[in-house]
Amino acid sequence: MNAPTKLAVRDVYKSFGDRAVLQGIDLAVSEHEVVCLIGSSGSGKSTLLRCIDLLESIDHGEIAIEGEVITAPGVNPNLVRRRIGIVFQSFNLFPHLNVLNNVTLAARRVHGVARADAEARARELLDRFGLGEKVEEYPDRLSGGQQQRVAIVRALMGDPDLLLLDEITSALDPELVGEVLGVIRGLAEAGLTMVLATHEMGFARDVATNVAFLDQGRVLELGPPDQVLRAPNEERTRRFLRRVIDAGRL
Amino acid sequence: MVEPGRQHPQPHGVKPTRSHFGEEGARSALIAAASTVVFVAAIVALVLTSDTWPKVRQQFFNWDDARTVWPAIWKGFQRNLWMFAVAEVFILAGSLVVAMVRSLRGPAFFPIRALATIYVDLFRGLPLYLVLILMGFGIPALDIDGVPNSVWFWGVTALVLSYSAYTAEVFRGAMDSVHESQRAAARSLGLTQVQTLWYAIVPQAVRNAIPALLNGLISLQKDVALVAVLGYREALREADIYKSRTFNYTGFVVAAVLFLIISVPLARFTDWYTERDRRRRQQRAV
Repeated sequence: MNAPTKLAVRDVYKSFGDRAVLQGIDLAVSEHEVVCLIGSSGSGKSTLLRCIDLLESIDHGEIAIEGEVITAPGVNPNLVRRRIGIVFQSFNLFPHLNVLNNVTLAARRVHGVARADAEARARELLDRFGLGEKVEEYPDRLSGGQQQRVAIVRALMGDPDLLLLDEITSALDPELVGEVLGVIRGLAEAGLTMVLATHEMGFARDVATNVAFLDQGRVLELGPPDQVLRAPNEERTRRFLRRVIDAGRL
Repeated sequence: MVEPGRQHPQPHGVKPTRSHFGEEGARSALIAAASTVVFVAAIVALVLTSDTWPKVRQQFFNWDDARTVWPAIWKGFQRNLWMFAVAEVFILAGSLVVAMVRSLRGPAFFPIRALATIYVDLFRGLPLYLVLILMGFGIPALDIDGVPNSVWFWGVTALVLSYSAYTAEVFRGAMDSVHESQRAAARSLGLTQVQTLWYAIVPQAVRNAIPALLNGLISLQKDVALVAVLGYREALREADIYKSRTFNYTGFVVAAVLFLIISVPLARFTDWYTERDRRRRQQRAV
């Protein structure tokens, strides 16, 4: 890959109390790359994404975006987060705001965009993701798939350099997974740099530039999906994939 | 006493039913009504047959005295309502600010967070009566230029300071009960901590806090009468003045009725709202 490095994670450690979750993570993501993080629950996928968005502080190591270290002291996390979008497993829409206000809140309050401009852009994005009819609805009136698409639009409103997706289909009914993954596939084709934690191995194989297998807080194996998912080098990766296949998910 | 709606012993062979319209329901209502009548009648009889009742009646329930004292009590009670309204506005605004300050995270906010904690500890730890006396008599006694010495001002201020400390904890509890993921979602969009609280957390917290806030409202409505201790001529004070002059306590009963006219409907409304809120939550959970 000759594209410039978008995200660099170097030797990152993170513990919660005496539970060590990240134990020396190294990961580099180039521009336009889609990196899928796979691994069993507790392997550190979500924590890594939360650390990149500075929602958790790290104990050791550093994280850089476009060469700029964002975990250095004195960095304003609010400015960093404006450049990163994140979508959560449980959508986390604001239940007291309708779709339009959920999506435009940050544009108006953080980026200082005028309401009319923010709403025009929001309507355009919502339309593109098939949510044009739902603009005035409140989150509890939407299906899980619709809520998650709204959450994706909310994350895209700030034109992020990097989009983080944290198991965004895990809380969805099986028949709703497709519509959300379709959106992500479109974004990948458009060249958005993404890091996503996922249990959808088939999707990872289709959409990922690289797959990283996380095990006990480290990147145990990293490579193109065909290699990592079909011919893994590590015994642990093989064991994990066998369990996934047995569960019918690959 | 038998409570309505409770299950009562069933006749043999009849299945228990909770219907309000069935034979059983009617029987329950009948029992409840009968027992209430008997209970109230017993108490009334007890009071009326007491040897001292004629004297008590003369001193506490004298119609002529009620009519004489009414204008003063009514005027005083309007002052109570005005203090109540002004205090409540400042309590809601002030306590929300204190709760937000206490919810800020990170070492940068430590000083103001500590200040807010000290304030809450201090004013929750002092009896309101004591705060009223210390502020109402103490501060004007200092006689500092530019500091108001009005009893009304310091009475309301004492109420606001004392009640805001409690109400801040109501708000803070409600803010804590909003799921942590909401905070993460707002922060991830680049909102500052204060923006996160104001746009994402507070609107959800306020909805959850309303039943507790209404309870506080009822409580404040009555506690406003404590300002009487400073000599401010509100309803209770007027009743006291009348008593000193005539040795008749009817003014207190008149004032009591006025307080009840406000607080009972408020209490019913709180119950109604809380019940509706509970049902809504249940519906949402389904």
